Amino acid sequence: MNTSTLPAIIPRDARPRRAARRVLPGFKLTLGFTVFYLCLIVLIPLSALVFRTFTLTWPQFWEAVTGPRVLASYRLTFGASFIAASVNVVFGLLVAWVLVRYRFPGKKIVDALVDLPFALPTAVAGISLTALLAGNGWIGALLEPHGIQLAFNPNGIVIALIFIGLPFVVRTVQPVLEDAEKELEEAATCLGATRWQTFSRVIFPSIAPALLTGFAMAFARAVGEYGSVIFIAGNMPMISEITPLIIISKLEQYDYAGATAVATVMLVISFALLLVINGLQSWQRKRSAGNSQ
Amino acid sequence: MSIQIRNVNKHFGSFQALRDVNLDIASGELLALLGPSGCGKTTLLRIIAGLETPDTGSIHFSGEDTTDLHVRERNVGFVFQHYALFRHMSVFENVAFGLRVKPRGERPSEAQIKQKVTDLLKLVQLDWLADRYPSQLSGGQRQRIALARALAVEPQVLLLDEPFGALDAKVRKELRRWLRRLHDELHVTSIFVTHDQEEALEVADRVVLMNKGVVEQCGSPQDVWDHPASPFVYGFLGDVNLFHGRAHEGLLHLDGVAIHTPEHAGAQNAQAFAYVRPHDLDVQRYTPGASGIVAKLSRAIVVGPIARLELLPVENNHPAGHDPLIEAQIPALQFRELGFKEGETLVVSPRKARVFLQPQAS
Amino acid sequence: MSTQNNIRSAQRGTTEAPWVRYTLTGIALVFMFLFLVLPLAAVFTEALRKGWDAYAEALREPDAWSAIRLTFLTALVAVPLNLVFGVAAAWCIAKYEFKGKSFLTTLIDLPFSVSPVVAGLIYVLVFGAQGWFGPWLAEHDIKIVFAVPGIILATIFVTFPFIARELIPLMQAQGNDEEQAAQVLGATGWQTFWYVTLPNIQWGLIYGVILCNARAMGEFGAVSVVSGHIRGQTNTMPLHVEILYNEYQSVAAFAVASLLALLALVTLAIKSMAEWRMERELKALAELPPERPTPALGATAGSAH
Repeated sequence: MNTSTLPAIIPRDARPRRAARRVLPGFKLTLGFTVFYLCLIVLIPLSALVFRTFTLTWPQFWEAVTGPRVLASYRLTFGASFIAASVNVVFGLLVAWVLVRYRFPGKKIVDALVDLPFALPTAVAGISLTALLAGNGWIGALLEPHGIQLAFNPNGIVIALIFIGLPFVVRTVQPVLEDAEKELEEAATCLGATRWQTFSRVIFPSIAPALLTGFAMAFARAVGEYGSVIFIAGNMPMISEITPLIIISKLEQYDYAGATAVATVMLVISFALLLVINGLQSWQRKRSAGNSQ
Repeated sequence: MSIQIRNVNKHFGSFQALRDVNLDIASGELLALLGPSGCGKTTLLRIIAGLETPDTGSIHFSGEDTTDLHVRERNVGFVFQHYALFRHMSVFENVAFGLRVKPRGERPSEAQIKQKVTDLLKLVQLDWLADRYPSQLSGGQRQRIALARALAVEPQVLLLDEPFGALDAKVRKELRRWLRRLHDELHVTSIFVTHDQEEALEVADRVVLMNKGVVEQCGSPQDVWDHPASPFVYGFLGDVNLFHGRAHEGLLHLDGVAIHTPEHAGAQNAQAFAYVRPHDLDVQRYTPGASGIVAKLSRAIVVGPIARLELLPVENNHPAGHDPLIEAQIPALQFRELGFKEGETLVVSPRKARVFLQPQAS
Repeated sequence: MSTQNNIRSAQRGTTEAPWVRYTLTGIALVFMFLFLVLPLAAVFTEALRKGWDAYAEALREPDAWSAIRLTFLTALVAVPLNLVFGVAAAWCIAKYEFKGKSFLTTLIDLPFSVSPVVAGLIYVLVFGAQGWFGPWLAEHDIKIVFAVPGIILATIFVTFPFIARELIPLMQAQGNDEEQAAQVLGATGWQTFWYVTLPNIQWGLIYGVILCNARAMGEFGAVSVVSGHIRGQTNTMPLHVEILYNEYQSVAAFAVASLLALLALVTLAIKSMAEWRMERELKALAELPPERPTPALGATAGSAH
């Protein structure tokens, strides 16, 4: 051993700091490819939208996004999405509860079926819902004589949005329910709480973040939904025309500026929802991390 | 292969994990890095391996600077705390992995690989498990396979990160003995990290005690036990009682007793404290005027050959926050002969003590 | 005795009364039936309304065939590309720490919250006749929008998150230990990925691919904007369904739709299986190793551990 080549033992760090080297190779390659792909597929096209919007003057932009037809479509789109997401919260929680807590024959099939709206193409969902709810469909034929029309009007839109939003709530709440500590419920019961009290004061607060996240995700999906809605909607301007359809009709009339403007509004709302969802998800994670201590 | 560590510093964010660490490890020795959690021992081990890079300082293998070498090129064997066995490969494939991924020119033939793997599995006495998968093995078995896998590439240095941490006490004891025997057979320079002092003192040739990123002491197990270099080492190894007092010209004055401390002959009424092992305490029945610390016997645990006595001093002059409880150990036979009862007042005097002066605030 | 009573009532207290259970289960099942099973059944009922002959006839139609071909082509290009991206992104995000990681992850989640119509629009704005590259493309007689490449691009946009989002949490949960062990043993980066990482993520990969494929074949909104609806050339199956439906060719529309519905059912089946395998592996990961070897493997006498 050649000790003369070793540095002397010096009391303070005289050598400059060296950069940390990563043990696993491939950082530059994978980061580079990921960023490249994202730029190509996401950032450049999105920036085209933003730039195009800026070619409009403010009055032009304002006119495009606040025309009466457009405003009506906002009310419809957001209103229907809100109602559908709310219904999904109630029934989604119910379905998740039943799947996690109870046993019944065919449970595994029902569990798998929850993801059907994820796997089924939206157009197929659209035409089959229409077939069901139209005057001559199975359900439509039952309800129309009583004056309840569920197709070709906003009702149909809400139903379609309930369909596509269901898995979001169920799949967000299910894992939280599965991880919930039975001991908390047992403790509440020992202390004298009724089942309803235990649910409303102990269980519900612990799944509230997940419910909110599921609601936000179902809402976000519903706002942008196109394929499952346009068949059943009726698409009458001012009454049953959703915002994505407005974008398409402007495009068909070569009103690129108008289409871009409305699309920008939708994009901004998507971003906002995305941030909200991310925030809710990290809140949910913090909550569940605390619970598992 | 000897190892030299020079001036190593490592930060994680604002936390300093290692502070000016210097160490020399002789070829073929079995070294233990011992210390409480967070003392930097695992970080140091990983820096030697090349799994972390030091901020400043260098690592040398037999004099050659390896600091900038990738872990792949250092020819070290590393046994991870949770084994890190490849869960989708059989035991045989796990051990053969290092041989299979060698570059084409260096790769041994299939027959050679088979031979080598079989030999290694025989060495760790698990050749009958060759076709099993890691999930079908017990913790102790996984540990030995992880070791066999590390040895397959004939490393110059073997590094083990808390090798027995996840195992139950009985398995741990068996594997400890087994590791020592294996080392005596193979003579590979080995370093293992542990927070269990019994393990370090029983297995290693030399022990390095670390605390808060600094090396406190380095020496043979006998050495560090008999001559602890700092209060930390004294307190970390074995049970100890801590007494506060004042040192003046070679004498330490505690409540009721004075201890000779020739090494502090020059002390002038300095605050000091003494470390005394439980078995270095003399326990007698109280008689007025007896020299020693007067204490009441609050609990006596007489299980086996040793009687463990818990005593509370009658006069409590200890600083706030300090537990005044004194632990003494006397042979059970002596305890029964003297006939002490719980609640009795006794007098305790140290036969041997290690005295440290309170560091002067500068 | 009273403690026993307490325990018993505590156990009873953690489930609802039977009538509550049955009612809740009933409502949940009725809801699922109405909203999920009925629409699914309706697809097949409407497709077969005029009998098997009409069904087969509808599927033999040449335009239907070109739609089927185009759908498969799109998936065949989009899914592998997204697979490479998914693996690269997951490796990058799960194995390293770096600034901007959460921004990258958010960017990957973006297509999930963007409306498919907007997704199609942005590609028209880049490659369309009035778009950024429009004039250049026209000069070189390259068609992207209103042609197959545009459809593929829009599909890639909408489906690329699936595989990445599946692999990232999986690889994060699996940790870096095995890969580091492989590195210490001398493996190169590719060897480490191929022999160590890939087998560990195989079920997550399958899960992601199957979802990505289902969405790629079924995408409607984005493709609708980009395709130009040129019959026989730029219609995917969902678009073809729309055309048939709008022409009141109900049986033909549902016939093509039934193929997509069958695809959805196969997707669900494979997805369930992959999910079950993944859960099993993650559970095994979380358990500490047993101190005794598992008995199922005929523990021969032999050394104690």
